Parts: sequence; C-alpha cells; structure tokens
Amino acid sequence: MSERFQDIRERLGIPRLIIIGFVLLLFVTAYATGMSIGPLVSASLVRIGMNGILVLAMVPTITAGVGLNFGLSVGILCGLVGSLISMELRIRGFSGFFAAILFSMPLAVVAGWAYAKLLNKVKGQEMMVGTYVGFSMVALMCIFWLAAPFSSPEMVWAYGGQGLRYTLTLDNYFGKVLNNFLLVSIGQWEFPLGLFGFFGLLCLLVHLFFRTKLGMAVKAAGANPRFAEASGIDPDRTRTMGVIMSTVLGAIGIIVYAQSYGFLQLYMAPQMMGFPAIAAILIGGANLRDARIPHVLLGTALFQTLLTIALPVTSRVIEGDISEVARLIISNGMILYALTRRDGREVA
Amino acid sequence: MAHALEMRGITKSYFGNTVLKSVDIAVNPGEIHALVGENGAGKSTLMNILFGMPVIHDTGGFEGEILVDGQTVNIESPMDAMNLGIGMVHQEFMLLPGFTVTENIKLNRELGRPNIVSRILGKKFELLDKEQMGKDSRQALDKLGVDIDEWLPVAGLPVGYMQFVEIAREIDKSRMKILVFDEPTAVLTEAEADLFLNAVRRLAESGLAILFISHRLDEVVGVAHDVTVLRDGEVVGHLPGQEARVDRIAELMVGRKVDRPSLPPREKEPSDDDLILEISSLSVDMPGERLAGLDLKVRRGEILGIGGLAGHGKVGIANGIMGLYPSSGIVYKDGRELPLNNPKAALSQGIAFVSEDRRGVGLLLDESIENNIAFTSAQVQDRFLRKRLPWTSLQVRDNEAIRQYALETIKELDIRCQGPEQPVRRLSGGNQQKVCLARALALSPEVLFASEPTRGIDVGAKSLVLDLLVKFNREFGMTVVITSSELAELRMVCDRIAIVYQGRLIGILSPDASDVEYGLMMAGKKRAEVS
Repeated sequence: MSERFQDIRERLGIPRLIIIGFVLLLFVTAYATGMSIGPLVSASLVRIGMNGILVLAMVPTITAGVGLNFGLSVGILCGLVGSLISMELRIRGFSGFFAAILFSMPLAVVAGWAYAKLLNKVKGQEMMVGTYVGFSMVALMCIFWLAAPFSSPEMVWAYGGQGLRYTLTLDNYFGKVLNNFLLVSIGQWEFPLGLFGFFGLLCLLVHLFFRTKLGMAVKAAGANPRFAEASGIDPDRTRTMGVIMSTVLGAIGIIVYAQSYGFLQLYMAPQMMGFPAIAAILIGGANLRDARIPHVLLGTALFQTLLTIALPVTSRVIEGDISEVARLIISNGMILYALTRRDGREVA
Repeated sequence: MAHALEMRGITKSYFGNTVLKSVDIAVNPGEIHALVGENGAGKSTLMNILFGMPVIHDTGGFEGEILVDGQTVNIESPMDAMNLGIGMVHQEFMLLPGFTVTENIKLNRELGRPNIVSRILGKKFELLDKEQMGKDSRQALDKLGVDIDEWLPVAGLPVGYMQFVEIAREIDKSRMKILVFDEPTAVLTEAEADLFLNAVRRLAESGLAILFISHRLDEVVGVAHDVTVLRDGEVVGHLPGQEARVDRIAELMVGRKVDRPSLPPREKEPSDDDLILEISSLSVDMPGERLAGLDLKVRRGEILGIGGLAGHGKVGIANGIMGLYPSSGIVYKDGRELPLNNPKAALSQGIAFVSEDRRGVGLLLDESIENNIAFTSAQVQDRFLRKRLPWTSLQVRDNEAIRQYALETIKELDIRCQGPEQPVRRLSGGNQQKVCLARALALSPEVLFASEPTRGIDVGAKSLVLDLLVKFNREFGMTVVITSSELAELRMVCDRIAIVYQGRLIGILSPDASDVEYGLMMAGKKRAEVS
C-alpha cells in the first residue's frame, strides 16, 4: 500500500498531490454544504474545454527548446483580428467560427515567424523577451483597435462610430457554437462533447506532428541543439517551427475561448491571458524542457476545476470571493516555482 | 631535509574506474618538478586532490597521504590548501580587466589604513593603503624579473604579462611555499615563454617548491630539476633533470609498444591508388583544437588513426569535415568536392561521425536507445519513416521498423540495457558509446569518423568498442578514421597513423614504428617518414 502510494507520489510529484487534495476538499465541502455537484462539474468541464487549447499552445515552444511561451498574446491577438474580420463580414454560426480560424491562421504564421526570428536572437532569455514582446504587442494593438477600419455598428463604439468597443458580444455571430454542439445533458449534468472533441482533435494533431520527421527534428533540437546540428538539422529553423505552431494554437485557442465566453475582449484584456495557460501546464507536470499532452490534460483539468468551483464553494463557506485571489496565487506561484527549478528534471 | 610537498600512494577511483594508482611524488624547496603525461593520464585529478577540490570528496575521497614540510596534512577544501601555502597559477587568467596590476595582485587581500568610520564600523571600511600595496606588488614583480608598471590597468597588457600578474598574485601571498603551474605556457608566444621560464627559475632559486605541468617537452627538459611521467594513472617514470631527454619522456608518455593482435586480412589492401577522401589545407576554428591547413589523404577501406598531443588539432579534423565548427579548405570525397560547413551534406555523402563529446553532441540523453539509434538516419536518409498523414507529404515515424532495427543492433553490438526503450542517460559510458556507434551504423556510411571513441569508458568496454570499429571496417568495408589520445589503441587497430602537430599534419607512421619515433613526432620533431 505504502509502496503504491510512493509510486503515485513519484509520478505526480508533491505539488500536484496538494492541488488534487485541495480540489477534492472543495468538492467535499460543496457536498457537505448542500450544493449540487452536477452544475459544478458541468461548469468545470466547459472551462477545461475553453482553456485547453491555450494550454496546448505551450507544448510546441517547450518541446522546441524555447521554453514557456510568455508571448502567447501574439497568437491571441491574431485570433482576435481573425474573429473581427469574420464578424465584419457578418458570417454567423459555425461558418463564422471557422472563418475566424481561417482568417487568423495566416496572420499567426507571419507573426509567429517574426516572433521566432526575434527569439532566435536572444537565446537563453526567450521567456523574459517573450513576456515583453507580448506586452508591447498588446499595447500596440490598442492603437489598432481604435484605428482599424471596422464599421459594423455592433462592433464600434455607439457614439462617433469609430474604434472598436472594449467587449464585443458574439451572440449574433459564433457565440457558444462549439459549446452547444453535441451537448449531452443528463439531469443536472452537462457534457460539452463538441468542445471536447475539438480540443481532443488539436491534441491529436500536435501529438501526430511530433511523430513526423519534422516533429522529431523539432524535439531533438529542443533537447540538444548540438546533437541536432550534428544530424544535419538547423536548430533555428526547428525553433521557428515550434514558435509558429504555438502562435497558431494561441490564435485558435482564443477563438474557442471567446465563443465559449460569448464575448471578444480587446484592448488590455489579452495582456495576461497567457499566464493561466502557463500555470496550467506547469501544474500538469511539465517543466521548461519537457511538456507532453498528458501534462496539458491533467494541468488544465486541475487548474480550471479549481478556479471554477472555488468561487461558489468559498462564497458559501465564507462571505466574499477569494477565487480571483486564489487564481493569482496559484498561477503566479506555480510559475515562480517552476522557474526557480529550471534545470531540475522532476520539476513540478 | 623534509620535502616541501610529498604525495604518497595516492589512489583514486571514480565510480569504480581507477584513475590514479598509488602515485608518489615529492618536491623539494627550490626545486622545479615537472609532471608530464597525456590527456587523461591523471594529472588534473592529482591536482584536484592536492587542492581539496569538492569533486574529489563528492566522489568518495581518495587513498594515500599528503605531507607538507614532512607533516601529514588533511586538505579538505581549496581554502585549506591556500592556508598551507600551496598556490596555483591557472591556465585561464582570473583577472579583472578594468583593475590595475596592483589591484589585481592585492584583490581581496587589500591593505587598509584605519579611519574614524572604520573604527566604528570595522575593518571593511578602512581606506586603501595604495602606497604599500604598490610597493608589495612591485616587490612581487621584481622577484619575477618583469618590468611592468604596477599601476597599469590589466586590460591592455599583452597575454604574457597577464600570466605574470597572475603569478605575482600568488607569490605576494606571504606564506606561499609551493606553487603549481598548470600548462602555463600554453597561451604564450615563444619569447614570452622564455621570459616566463626565467621567472620560474628565479622563483625556484628564491626557495619556492614548484610543480610544473606541461605538454611542451622542450621546456620541461630545459627548466625541470626532476621529471615525473604519468600514464593511465600510474607513475611510469621518474627522471632526474640531467637524464631527461625529450624522446625519452615522450616514449614514456605514450607507452610501451603493445602487441598488435592479428587482425583479419582483407581481400585487397588499401593503397594510395584508391582514395576516398582527399583533404587539402583544411583549417578548422574549433576552440582549443584549431587546425591550420592540414593535408591528408584517406585510402578507401583503411583504418586510419589520427594522433597527436591535446590542443594540436587532431579532434578538429572530424569536427571540421562534419561541419560542426567553421572550417575552410578543400575536401574531396570520391573525387568530388564536399561542401564544408554543412553537416547535412557530409552526412548524405555517406560520412558519419561519432563525437568525442558523447554526452554533449553524441546523444539525446533523455531519449530512448531506439530513438537515438534511428534519429539521424531518419532525418538524413528518410529511413524508419512512412507516409501516413493523408493529403500531405509529412512522413511519420515507423515505430515497428525502429523497434526491429534497434533490437537487432542491440544484439549485434551487445548493448547492455533493459530494452530499446531505456533512456540512454542511464546506460554506462561504454554502452552509451555503443549507442553512438549504432546511430552511425544505421546510416550505413562509407566513411566513419570516430573521435576519442574510448574516452571515459572502462577498460573492458574499450576493447569492445575497438573490436566493433574493426568489425565495421572488415565486414562492411567501411573506411574508419579514429582520432584518439591513446596511441596504444591506435597502434592496435590502425593501418596507418597520422600525427598532427600545431594544426598541421607532421607525418604518417606505421603502427609498428618505434616509440621514439612517435614521441619525437608528437613533440614536433620530424625525423623519419614512414608510409
């Protein structure tokens, strides 16, 4: 028994066990205080599906040896622009959703390529530089949101007719299309199979990519650039590949997130969106050198479940809302923890 | 009279691999004692022990005793060594370029003058007594017989003078009794080296005991009162200065002649009529192993050895041809020019490389054995891949083919492991090297460059690796070029051995040539050419 426990502990690591314990504790408290579990679980599932792809976007950069993609906002901004074009063209429903992805894709490839060029010049400090690339791009895009030639009355400020609003509702466009696709309800329990299917599909594609010749090269160059060079691979190229993939996934990720949330958030909103994704993959057991799909799944599930149920449960137990504080503590704490053990193999 | 320093019966092993066997060495005050030996002979381990470096204690300590002035001492840290008056002049300079000569000499041992603040807040707040510091530095520099202004910044000094500043710092430490020089002339020009050696003689005359580690046998003979030769962790010779001659030392260093096992014969012996590689004026900018215009012809089907002392560029040949370090020159493979600085081109022309830096370049340590074996071949030759993703040209790895090949190779090369999925990090050095060889073999190369294939692996595994290289050569007709610091090994398996000296080919010897010939050639003296 103790041996088995030790095995589990070694595989998961202490930080994950603590978080799992905490999540379980929240569920027990919820049950004890008479809350119904069904809606809590359903809400968690939606949150997992809507955030998963952003977390998945961390895998290519880590595998390519660039580290965590602190500049995920670059991809997010591309996704937002794609969505805006789709809205401007008044494409509704699923077509709008796919059109948004389609429009954002070329932008993300170009932006990712440029971002990678920069990162290749600052090897060893990718994460610091990435953070500031993200911040600067968000600020730069604020001007774009104001000046961009969008004219749909639902998108621009009601007065003046110039400049995009802070928050755009997607109700008449592609809001919730994926959430409601193949939504299975059993009593109070709801399972968003469409949302999960889409997330799963992207996970599968990423998994398959790393089994291709190119994917193997990306992985090898990430693990040991000199080994890769000796095998005739240009590590700069594979790093670029990883960053582009991550940026594209970031774009798709934000579109999925937005359709689930029902709103498109512009201006300063994308600034911090990469951080919960980073925290999630670290909670899942990834480190700065090694990230795999199971880390994405476990990390997203734990982190998002925690955030979703912490609010209702704690407000039941104590007056007030600590979920936002808990989110910040956990996500930033997790990032800090991982960064301080950058060379350790068995990082949380 | 007691020896200034005596090390008795020093034995040390790393993880069961004995690197020093009962080494005795004694240095008298006023004496220059030279310690010579090939790379890996155990010189640096011996010095690590003398200075109580943590690496020694972390790996289980050592056997034997160290005596300073006839007293047994226990040196547990570099600080202990310093307190006993043992100093070291490093190969790389540890100087602050923006500081003056005096400030560097007195660094962290500054002299102070008390003032009001320091009386209250302590010694750290004393003002510097620049005058006295300058005088001390002057004295130390005069002792060395060098004429540099003690108030010049170090940044602009010629390299040779930096070395003097380094030494001055050591001798300024008042209790300095024993001074160790580790390859002190490696970076000096000839004129600077002469000046330096004079300074060393003066130091010895002033009563210091000096331990002098060097590869340059000429200067060892010129300066040393006593020479100890290490080979494979053992003292193989102890020569008083007057008996020490370059050829004698070189002979001891490279070792007695090993019986050449009878190797399987070939149908056709390789000859100059059929060349596989023609290298002319190859220069490679590989730090520490620069090549400056090497010409070499490699015969098809031979096993060519490349020898030479460390730092003369023998390792640069393979690294340069494989495109891992910037290189220039002309290389013909089968009469066609091979593009340089392009690893992919070299690989796809049928040239494979087993790196001397096994863990740094040769392996993906956290990947499985099978992935390591298959990787390069998959990337360069599209082997172990199949098309699967529809509508794309993306090729997906063929797990079955990889597994099957890995299992066959593990059996053929006798790689001791738990299975093809085991990460290579957990294999022993010898088995890791076999994985590297397996990766090269998977490319079915025409030419295989093996750099230091037996470095850092235990004795049993060494002969296995060499046997494999012979097998590749005889069974698959592969041309094998082995670069090794261990001449004895080269002489066991090679058809010819090329010696590299100062970045150029100095000559090619037959494996049966005498030790003296090898010794002289490695020391840069060209005598008899054998083909």
